Amino acid sequence: MALLTPLEAEALALSLRVGLVSVVISLPFGIAASWLLARCRFPGKGLVSGAVHLPLVLPPVVVGYVLLLLFGRRGPIGAFLYDSFGITVAFTWKGAALASAVMAFPLMVRAMQLSLEGVDQRLEAAARTLGAGRWRVFVTVTVPLMAPGILVGIILGFARSVGEFGATITFVSNIPGETRTLPLALYTLTQAPGSDWPAARLAIISVVLALIALWASDIAARRLDKRLRGQS
Amino acid sequence: MIEVDIEKRLGAFTLAARFTAPAQGITALFGRSGAGKTTLVNAFAGLLRPERGRIALGGTVLFDAARGIDLPPERRRLGYVFQEGRLFPHYSVRGNLTYGQRSGPPRDPALSFDAVVARFGLAALLDRRPGDLSGGEKQRVAIGRALLADPQLVLMDEPLAALDQPRKAEILPFIERLRDLGIPIVYVTHAMEEIVRLADTLVLLSEGRVAAVGTVEELTGRLDLRPLTGRYEAGAVIRTSVAGHDAAFGLTELAFPGGSLRVPRLDLPPGAAVRVRVRARDVVLALAPPAGLSIRNSFAGRVIEIAPDRGPVIDLTLDIGTAPAPVILWARITARALADLGLKPGSPVYALVKTVAIDRSSYGRRDAAPEPFAESELS
Repeated sequence: MALLTPLEAEALALSLRVGLVSVVISLPFGIAASWLLARCRFPGKGLVSGAVHLPLVLPPVVVGYVLLLLFGRRGPIGAFLYDSFGITVAFTWKGAALASAVMAFPLMVRAMQLSLEGVDQRLEAAARTLGAGRWRVFVTVTVPLMAPGILVGIILGFARSVGEFGATITFVSNIPGETRTLPLALYTLTQAPGSDWPAARLAIISVVLALIALWASDIAARRLDKRLRGQS
Repeated sequence: MIEVDIEKRLGAFTLAARFTAPAQGITALFGRSGAGKTTLVNAFAGLLRPERGRIALGGTVLFDAARGIDLPPERRRLGYVFQEGRLFPHYSVRGNLTYGQRSGPPRDPALSFDAVVARFGLAALLDRRPGDLSGGEKQRVAIGRALLADPQLVLMDEPLAALDQPRKAEILPFIERLRDLGIPIVYVTHAMEEIVRLADTLVLLSEGRVAAVGTVEELTGRLDLRPLTGRYEAGAVIRTSVAGHDAAFGLTELAFPGGSLRVPRLDLPPGAAVRVRVRARDVVLALAPPAGLSIRNSFAGRVIEIAPDRGPVIDLTLDIGTAPAPVILWARITARALADLGLKPGSPVYALVKTVAIDRSSYGRRDAAPEPFAESELS
């Protein structure tokens, strides 16, 4: 007897896929944004910071609606993507990943910005005097030293993506097998009478998934921390 | 040749430094904290951009504001040993050492990985991580790391300041080993002891300006520079060589033009070049050659200059050398003694120096040491 019903397995797999893809596509942008906010001074920095953090304070439905306007088949970006590459984002799992990425972005940037601000720039200067150019310093000194923040950003981003509801349902709707992730499946069940137990099972799966993510990040963080304190 | 002529404003502080110094041996930047030493070295390394001016090393222009030249730090080929070591915590000692290594064999076989590891005693540390090292070990790794990047010159910013006295004594011989490789060093310090021990050329910095440049012997012999070279610790530095040992009494005789100085035994071969600092307050003056005194070192000379000091204590400089080669010594006596002895510039005097006043912090060995010049050899 399988541990999960086919519906549960489908929702779980979809959630994991959406979570992973959203983290992977937003990670480079997240690092770039955290660099911009932690290290650079330029006019309009407050606006950039505000834009990055906006999804944190906006109602998710608004974010989903804006995404729909921009990325819908007739939206400026959506039309371009479809005409040039034949990619449809709205009402597909790719759109769910995009919505999750946007919603998770501020959390991710926040964590990475904080750890980047804690990176000792004197170590970067030392690396420069040893003949390393800016890019090599970034890859060999800055990124390893901000690794705990990157890790936290990934975990937070992933957890937020897996739990995303409002923007997702607004942008890509609730299509079984395509955009019906765990929270959407749970919501659907709570709308149907007599589905208390299946709903509870989905809730338990969500809790277990969250616990595994926390546990994994805790172990990784402890290892990294020891490494960064320069101990064997 | 090291050529520096730069201006840099940092808040209310302005560095306006201009000097040239030979690019060989150890050039010490000496001054109080806040004199601009670190700012100057950072500008040299390319970590700070001066508002105007020029920095060149051996004909290579590193920075020239007028011509728009500003080589990035990674292209200046300068090693930099920082006060706090700045080892990368996420690499092992080996990873730190190889970080700046260039591909291909080094110019000098003495700069190969194995040679540097042997020279600085790093073999046992290679697999350790920086967090597990003592302060002294960290600085040795930092020196090795800078050296393995095959630098044209090594900058050292108070590499001993963060260490306690025993650790300092542990590192000093390794800095001498670095000097003996023939790579020029710019060494920042505010400790006269390190200057006497290490420096060839002295650049005196005061409030962001270069007050004087010259050899250590020259500058420490100048009365007008006393406020900068340190008043209480004031003293002349004399160039000597080991003339012989007195095994029976455990003494070493250090010869200089015009005399010889007996000091507690030094474990050095005859002929070894040694620099000695004689503090002004350890010199006694007499009008006649002394008799019946315990002091063994007595030098005939004459007064050169009497500092225009007001107060109970007066510094004066004496020449105790022979005619073409003056040897400057300082004496600090009371104004009362000066009046009683009736000393004037040109007056003949005898300068007496207690042997035991010359301690281990008074020496610097000038020629390449085959073995590190360990503190134990000096005591």
